[in-house]
Amino acid sequence: MSDLEAFRKETRAWLEANCPPEMRKPSRGEEDTCWGGRKWKFQSDAQRLWMQRMGERGWTVPEWPREYGGGGLSRDEAKILREEMRKLGCRSPLDSFGIWMLGPALLKYGHEEQKREHLPKIARGEIRWCQGYSEPGSGSDLASLQTRAEDKGDHYIVNGSKIWTSYADKADWIFCLVRTDPKAPKHEGISFVLFDMESPGVSTAPITLISGSSPFCQTFFEDVLVPKSNLVGSLNKGWDVAKFLLTHERDMIGGMGTNSGGESRSLGQIATESVGLDNGVLADTNLRGQIAALEIDAWAFRLTMDRVGDLVKTGKINPAASSLLKYYGTELNKRRMELVMAAGGFDALEWDGEHSHEGRNARAWLRSKANSIEGGTSEVQLNIIAKRLLNLPGV
Amino acid sequence: MALVLTDEQTMLRDTTRSFLGKNAPISHLRQLRDSRDPIGFSQPLWKEFADNGWAGILVPENHGGLGLGYVEAGVVMEELGHTLTPSPFFASAVVAATAISRAGSDAQKSAYLRKIAAGDLIATLAIDESPKHRPANSAMSAKRSAGGFILEGSKSYVVDGHVADLFVVAGRTAGSASDTKGITLFLVDSKAKGVRAERTSTVDSHNAARIAFDKTPVAADHVLGEIDNGWKPLDGTLNAGRAALASEMLGAGDEAFGRTVNYLKERKQFGKLIGEFQALQHRAAALYCELEVTRSAVLKALQTLDESFDGAGPIVAVAKAKAGQSATLAAQEGIQMHGGIGMTDEFDIGFFLKRVRVCQELFGDANFQADRIARLSRY
Ligand SMILES: Cc1cc2nc3c(=O)[nH]c(=O)nc-3n(C[C@H](O)[C@H](O)[C@H](O)COP(=O)(O)OP(=O)(O)OC[C@H]3O[C@@H](n4cnc5c(N)ncnc54)[C@H](O)[C@@H]3O)c2cc1C
Ligand SMILES: Cc1cc2nc3c(=O)[nH]c(=O)nc-3n(C[C@H](O)[C@H](O)[C@H](O)COP(=O)(O)OP(=O)(O)OC[C@H]3O[C@@H](n4cnc5c(N)ncnc54)[C@H](O)[C@@H]3O)c2cc1C
Repeated sequence: MSDLEAFRKETRAWLEANCPPEMRKPSRGEEDTCWGGRKWKFQSDAQRLWMQRMGERGWTVPEWPREYGGGGLSRDEAKILREEMRKLGCRSPLDSFGIWMLGPALLKYGHEEQKREHLPKIARGEIRWCQGYSEPGSGSDLASLQTRAEDKGDHYIVNGSKIWTSYADKADWIFCLVRTDPKAPKHEGISFVLFDMESPGVSTAPITLISGSSPFCQTFFEDVLVPKSNLVGSLNKGWDVAKFLLTHERDMIGGMGTNSGGESRSLGQIATESVGLDNGVLADTNLRGQIAALEIDAWAFRLTMDRVGDLVKTGKINPAASSLLKYYGTELNKRRMELVMAAGGFDALEWDGEHSHEGRNARAWLRSKANSIEGGTSEVQLNIIAKRLLNLPGV
Repeated sequence: MALVLTDEQTMLRDTTRSFLGKNAPISHLRQLRDSRDPIGFSQPLWKEFADNGWAGILVPENHGGLGLGYVEAGVVMEELGHTLTPSPFFASAVVAATAISRAGSDAQKSAYLRKIAAGDLIATLAIDESPKHRPANSAMSAKRSAGGFILEGSKSYVVDGHVADLFVVAGRTAGSASDTKGITLFLVDSKAKGVRAERTSTVDSHNAARIAFDKTPVAADHVLGEIDNGWKPLDGTLNAGRAALASEMLGAGDEAFGRTVNYLKERKQFGKLIGEFQALQHRAAALYCELEVTRSAVLKALQTLDESFDGAGPIVAVAKAKAGQSATLAAQEGIQMHGGIGMTDEFDIGFFLKRVRVCQELFGDANFQADRIARLSRY
């Protein structure tokens, strides 16, 4: 038996012994997601146990090095772990911005103490992070950001405001872009800092989305003290860290192109229940064609995520490829959710109540509209592709 | 298996590319068209192609071929898509070679495969009878007679049919149109009694013919595979052809796209390179994404044919649909972004539009493939 086969066997046995049965039921999306953190209220003992067991093994972040709380797995081993989890129907034990975004950035740019301090807490779900990038005046043109950090010897004093900060009211710490040199050209005066959301002077005001939920906030900073040891990377070189982190964010959001939003039925099944079959084919033939076209694109897109992964392995990949995944995956997801609504008909319009799982489809449909905005809009991704992959002039 | 070409496959791509670039660029197609060449492809070029081994890519080594797989065949098809070179590669070396090597008896394999690999014999599939590809609708009659069968009927859009030496013909020995049961495949010599080929002049200046069979006798040992059970080898053969056409469209789409992006960097209007206009940048970028997504599906389809031939139907349908859709977009955007000059016959970009239209129709367009996907998922 090869090492990988042995690893597969051990992994399956461990998962079977350790993943509580409740954590093997299909996730209903957001409501079943475990985000962790100081303020986290576990939905059940099973959710807590599952996160802790996986966290202890480092399998919440399988590919991070062991010394920082990771699983130390190779890419192939991590793939096997994902496959075995899928086979058993295991839910993700922990999702967080720390895992998706900050972790990879700290691994690359953080100094040793920062890695030892923050990475294990992310891996074990002890600290939940939020992302302080966008500001009221700086969205797509992120580098125009105005939040100031003034040098006060051994610390900075931060003043300003961030907006659209997802889960700022639930997070423990923030990774934040601040201007440290207002006189330098806009990309060259930005730094990347970390601070506790309980620091004096930090406040948040929730904002409600069209989906009716309120996952994000405007975040205010008034004379917030940030120790200099919390600077990641070099002073005024925060833009490099910011961009690196964005490519990870984009891969993650793009990957949602294959996500069902908690709906377990396929589009074909939903439509079959709503409009019925006529001689074995959907009675609404236009809808049928649209669903098939989407499934074709979705299949080809999943393969593209695999192929990009394989290209990463060979080193033959331009980092701007993450813009391709972000653009295509999010536009695909919006198309899918439009079809969920069209296939579901009146049933999909319900907003509350058990019948519709509290309006799951309608809310997921509305939420999906943000996919092509958050993490850099579709238009911004197309700009990046035009410039970095096609080398078109201007921009 | 990783979704990247191996080193050997990359080498094959590079050598085919330089061979075709040197010997058969688009001016080659133009010259064949303008001289109304009676054959429609260059025989010396085809011979050289075969001498390089490429006509035998899918032919097993014991029959004189290279014994390689569909990924390799797809690599060559993709390069043919870049240069739009007319050649019997698709009809003979991919489609007919697949049918014979998968369904043929030892005697049939020995009789034909070596010649196909050497480029000495051109074989092709005769399947469609109506203006749209509907293989199960084959109605051509194949009646039993003393010692074999009598074929009666005609086939349309038979690729390279006017120069083929051998036809793989789908005839009906039982059941009626739309039944998959009751189809039988026959190997019919083009010189057999009652066979008449009428060349079809086509929009893409490639080659096809209408083939009539007028009481053509076929000996019993010329049945390919089992009587009444031709659907399975036929479906497999069509899948191989579909993946090959998807590769060709990917190559054609990529080439049209590359030429267009270059033009955006050369042409000036309003005192600027037109590639500076965001309206064009975004369309080019979106098209790039479509082509990259297509490439993943095409490579996976080819790999699946190599790994589990009989299970490749769904992913092949995805690849053919996706390639048809994105290559069509690449050709259309190519013309549009070239402005007036894109509409001229003198300029090459229009050739891609024409060829892609033909590749879409062959063996089922994007709608046909989408219907297959929907049926497989029972909706
Ligand atoms: C659900 C959600 C969660 C979010 N979470 C976070 C978070 O946790 N942390 C965080 O920092 N931010 C977060 N964001 C903010 C997000 O990153 C911004 O909304 C995004 O970058 C766009 O900025 P904007 O909203 O200011 O739009 P604008 O930049 O004002 O854009 C408006 C429109 O103009 C277009 N546009 C802008 N510039 C160009 C250009 N150069 N070329 C062509 N078109 C252009 C845009 O594509 C868009 O269509 C979140 C947003 C959403 C919707
Ligand atoms: C069949 C035919 C008949 C014609 N008949 C006549 C006639 O009788 N008389 C006559 O005078 N002309 C005629 N024309 C010419 C026609 O008007 C031009 O082809 C047309 O104006 C486009 O100019 P162009 O070909 O130079 O393309 P270009 O201007 O070079 O355009 C190339 C591409 O760039 C795009 N582009 C250019 N500028 C911008 C911009 N600012 N923003 C975004 N995109 C841009 C264009 O939309 C196009 O896609 C004819 C053309 C055709 C095809």
